Amino acid sequence: MSEQTQVSTFPRLNEPAPEFEAVTTHGVLRLSDFRDRWLILFSHPADFTPVCTTEFIAFAEIYPELQKRGVDLLGLSIDSVYSHIAWVRNIEEKTGVKIPFPVIADLNKEVATLYGMIQPGASKTEAVRAVFIIDPKGILRAMIYYPLTTGRNMDEILRLIDALQTSDQYGVATPANWRPGDKVIVPAPKTVDAVDVTPKPGYEVIDWYLVKKELK
Amino acid sequence: MACVNPDGTLTPSALAVLKAVKQAPQTAEALAALVGLPLFRVRSSLRELREAGLLIESGGVYHLTPQGEETLKKQG
Repeated sequence: MSEQTQVSTFPRLNEPAPEFEAVTTHGVLRLSDFRDRWLILFSHPADFTPVCTTEFIAFAEIYPELQKRGVDLLGLSIDSVYSHIAWVRNIEEKTGVKIPFPVIADLNKEVATLYGMIQPGASKTEAVRAVFIIDPKGILRAMIYYPLTTGRNMDEILRLIDALQTSDQYGVATPANWRPGDKVIVPAPKTVDAVDVTPKPGYEVIDWYLVKKELK
Repeated sequence: MACVNPDGTLTPSALAVLKAVKQAPQTAEALAALVGLPLFRVRSSLRELREAGLLIESGGVYHLTPQGEETLKKQG
């Protein structure tokens, strides 16, 4: 006996994020509607579940910081739009937190399948906790997958946005545990001639391939 | 359609977009600033209003159609 399953595809970094049109709590939206701004597309397993509720509140809490950075939020789960509406109303009623971002009602799993959010080892019916960061040109710049049991860390999501925007603005990379204001990494030289270990003000030369500098 | 209420009338945000276009043809970006809605919401509304025949788009600028004028007279 054969069992038919939807085969998930996985988007790839630095390639265009797969386009979609979906029913959301804010009407029918396309990925391209978010063009010219950064977008965090994230999935949660199900409405009216405890970890997801804490995450929705946490996403709503960082929403003003995201807006300052030119970032929109778009949620998704395999639930109906009526369930989404009831849940966000319930969250506001019980906690006073208004959910300001749209949520995709992906009942046919079309978007979830396109973005590899359905991972049968975790659940055949629910999306895992995925996060996709898409830049203003529609390019997928980062993705994170968390299991059903573990709520995401909003500090890390904000840090990742700050790091990507800093890399784009200054043409640099960022070291482990980097925070805005910390030194950044100068791209390593790619030829022998480009190697430069001359001390310069504002630069920290650990070796020719690891040079940090302050951003001014 | 998110722009149209179940009774066939336009939603407040759709009406705001139509009224702004009536003042002067606008781009999506200018409309978002004028009506105070996120750009993605405005783009979605513009698509639906265009499909409903109330707006036309030319070179990224949206103009009211005679049908859009008529709708505004009735509901605006």
